[in-house]
Amino acid sequence: MNPAAPTPLAQSPGARVGLSIAVATGLYGVSFGALSVASGLDVWQTQLLSLLLFSGGSQFAFIGVIAGGGTPVAAASAAALLGIRNAVYGMQMNVLLHPRGWRRLAAAHVTIDESLATSTGQTDPVEQRRGFWVAGVGIFVLWNLFTLVGALAGDALGDPKRWGLDGAAVAAFLALLWPRLRSREAGAIAVACALATVIAVPFVPPGVPILVAAVVAALIGWFGYAAGPEGEGLEPDIDPYPPTDDSTRTAAP
Amino acid sequence: MSGLWFWVVVACVVGFLTKLVGYLVPRKWLTNPRVARVAGTLTIGLLASLTVANAVASGQAIALDSRLGALVAAAVALWLRAPFLVVVIAGAAAAAGLRLLGLP
Repeated sequence: MNPAAPTPLAQSPGARVGLSIAVATGLYGVSFGALSVASGLDVWQTQLLSLLLFSGGSQFAFIGVIAGGGTPVAAASAAALLGIRNAVYGMQMNVLLHPRGWRRLAAAHVTIDESLATSTGQTDPVEQRRGFWVAGVGIFVLWNLFTLVGALAGDALGDPKRWGLDGAAVAAFLALLWPRLRSREAGAIAVACALATVIAVPFVPPGVPILVAAVVAALIGWFGYAAGPEGEGLEPDIDPYPPTDDSTRTAAP
Repeated sequence: MSGLWFWVVVACVVGFLTKLVGYLVPRKWLTNPRVARVAGTLTIGLLASLTVANAVASGQAIALDSRLGALVAAAVALWLRAPFLVVVIAGAAAAAGLRLLGLP
């Protein structure tokens, strides 16, 4: 494609994919909002996490530790560790976008699984840029809107257990994990870390078993780094380019 | 729980700085295959751990209750390629339903 004459924005494949992934991802902000207030955070704390932490996995990790009776320190640690992959994404996006000044701060803030996946699924630099910004900003707006909806609804529900919200949290974590289990190695890491968690539960305070599992995962990654396929564990929660549908990808030049 | 407010803010600041680091450090640091690999295994390990901890941990005890039903329901929904929200609702419905039937 000729970079001097980019596709009009209305027909831009990057923007189109970005918009649909923004709607799909933004919607599940409802479950974050509801589960966050059920875990014991108030509506303001819930909203602050969506506005400023803005990374689904880390946000769910924070409230998941709190819901299990873990300390706020353990919750923040789990959130921080789960956010490390965003640094890798930031480096990849920096190579593609080279943002400067305030744009660099804005780009960093909306650097998440889905904006990276939308952008890197395009081949034309203009579409990569559009995909990143439309997905990133679109998800940010909708994720925050639906977080608020979920938080207010969760506040009104009353007893979280009666509505099975503890079961909903389990389901949410499995749904976040699922798309990352593409290989046998990924499955083995998941089983090892699940076992480490269960073994650690009786011996350490709530929340800490999750950090024990993080150490196990880091050791596996560090010493067995050649064992897994490239990019393993770095898949988006919702794939902007499902394997069956290639029609939205720009043609290779 | 004033400590909670403090750590919410800490998590937010650390989360943003982690993202920003990717835009600021020399490229070779993060293109190190080991670093990318650890970022990936950490993601898988933490999510697996959070799934299990939320399913069976109750304080410092292991409790097998309605949440296990939620785990199974979610796995079935994911197997059937249900979207995220449907999976979450399936988990909630299974846990709430099993409790209605008298399970803990």
